[in-house]
Amino acid sequence: MAKTYKSGVKEYRETYWMPNYTPKDTDLLACFKITPQAGVPREEVAAAVAAESSTGTWTTVWTDLLTDLDYYKGRAYAIEDVPGDDTCFYAFVAYPIDLFEEGSVVNVLTSLVGNVFGFKALRALRLEDIRFPVAYVMTCNGPPQGIQVERDIMNKYGRPLLGCTIKPKLGLSAKNYGRACYEGLRGGLDFTKDDENVNSQPFMRWRHRFDFVMEAILKAEAETGERKGHYLNVTAPTSDEMMRRAEYAKEIGAPIIMHDYLTGGLSANTQLAQWCRDNGMLLHIHRAMHAVLDRNPHHGIHFRVLTKVLRLSGGDHLHSGTVVGKLEGDRDATLGWIDIMRDKYVKEDRSRGIFFDQDWGAMPGVLPVASGGIHVWHMPALVNIFGDDSVLQFGGGTLGHPWGNAAGAAANRVAVEACVEARNSGRELEKEGKDILTKAAKSSPELAAAMETWKEIKFEFDTVDKLDVKHK
Amino acid sequence: MSTMQDYKSSLSDTTSRKFETFSYLPAMSDDQIRQQIKFIVSKGWNPGIEHTEPQNATQNYWYMWKLPMFGETDVDAILAECAACHKAHPNNHVRLLGFDNYKQSAGASMVIYRGKAV
Repeated sequence: MAKTYKSGVKEYRETYWMPNYTPKDTDLLACFKITPQAGVPREEVAAAVAAESSTGTWTTVWTDLLTDLDYYKGRAYAIEDVPGDDTCFYAFVAYPIDLFEEGSVVNVLTSLVGNVFGFKALRALRLEDIRFPVAYVMTCNGPPQGIQVERDIMNKYGRPLLGCTIKPKLGLSAKNYGRACYEGLRGGLDFTKDDENVNSQPFMRWRHRFDFVMEAILKAEAETGERKGHYLNVTAPTSDEMMRRAEYAKEIGAPIIMHDYLTGGLSANTQLAQWCRDNGMLLHIHRAMHAVLDRNPHHGIHFRVLTKVLRLSGGDHLHSGTVVGKLEGDRDATLGWIDIMRDKYVKEDRSRGIFFDQDWGAMPGVLPVASGGIHVWHMPALVNIFGDDSVLQFGGGTLGHPWGNAAGAAANRVAVEACVEARNSGRELEKEGKDILTKAAKSSPELAAAMETWKEIKFEFDTVDKLDVKHK
Repeated sequence: MSTMQDYKSSLSDTTSRKFETFSYLPAMSDDQIRQQIKFIVSKGWNPGIEHTEPQNATQNYWYMWKLPMFGETDVDAILAECAACHKAHPNNHVRLLGFDNYKQSAGASMVIYRGKAV
């Protein structure tokens, strides 16, 4: 029987709270951490979040009756306590797949983290996780090449890849900058990297940088007999300009370019990733602005969501945090989003903060990039935590070597190879790390000097964004 | 702090040429090679042997030494094949691979006998 129209304000839970709903395989599922205003019942807030992130508005409207709202609505289907925190709770919401344009993480985020985050009945709201149904995953282009293709393009097997961000971040001329790249690459790095804020400033326009860096790559390749690359940052004020820079990078034979997916924007990123797929280019992704979104435990978007969003939008590398360096990152949570980047199927695992099973179908994986305040002494832990499918990136830890960055690069290369060789031989890296490095340094004066330089540096601060665990 | 050293590497010095994984470490002993073979076997990968003249080492396709040893788990048998390839091509790089057929990639790839730099 057809419904009748009654104007006015209904409680959200009458329509959007469905505790008996069984999510479909094709539903997009979301887990929110909700901190409600005092006195508002949990079910009502959860339903409000489901409503405001899907079909609902604050009042009934006659046009609701022109469609099958019961089909299109988001459904809050479960509520759970947050371990160790009574101020908030988890709400699980299921959305029918046809609410979202195919291949558009832009559209998904606009719904899920749109108006609802400013909703007055909430004190704070955090999107903890999304389960993208495989049917939706397969509508996205994803990483341009993926891990296996990158290994084949770059000829790197059976070890983590090594990189270095060129420092100082800003102020070098293009020619001096190319020198710094050349020294790192000839010393044994696989990649050097533009820092995120290197775009095309007056002191170094992008085209000069690209030209000098390409010469550095070619000479280092001829000298070492190994394949090399530099992440040429094509992040630009407009996507037209971004594409111009990408085209030029391809024209001069660069194997890899770089984009900042949050500040550059997801439309631009998705466009660039598709272009990279079409043109055989690798794409390195930086994540400037992520900590604005993901660091507060009660409000924003968890990094595991931003990771999934990037894998769908497209990128071959993504910064993941290091666990051991100068930047924030809980170990178990980091292991969780590393799996999300690389694996074909990720099981729900609350001990790593993963709320849903995630099937990636045939979508290629993304290489996690560990970068930020790391040096040779961290190498055993890094190889153990990240495994072979990763890029370990030492900026200061290469350029700060007392003999310069060719020596700094060689030190890191010897260290990573020694760690992999030892791991393969069945040794425990984090226990025996000192022995392994000390032995390797006997045949590498560069490594010995690096170990002497950085032996005292540690970064021991407590993590701000921890996984939710019970009161101790 | 030890005194600063020059980084010795140049286009004209052919010993500057590297050959990817483990080429920054000293050449492997037989025991070290054995450990790496055990690792490849323990991963369930298929061992394979390839070789090339050092001046052609940058190319993707090296010469296969017979076919990859599908399903071979006997470390001594694999080691014997490595040695046989090296004996037949003493001036060439000989590399040991572990083919991961699920990832369609080499899980391991390393030069175990180093050729003569030219």
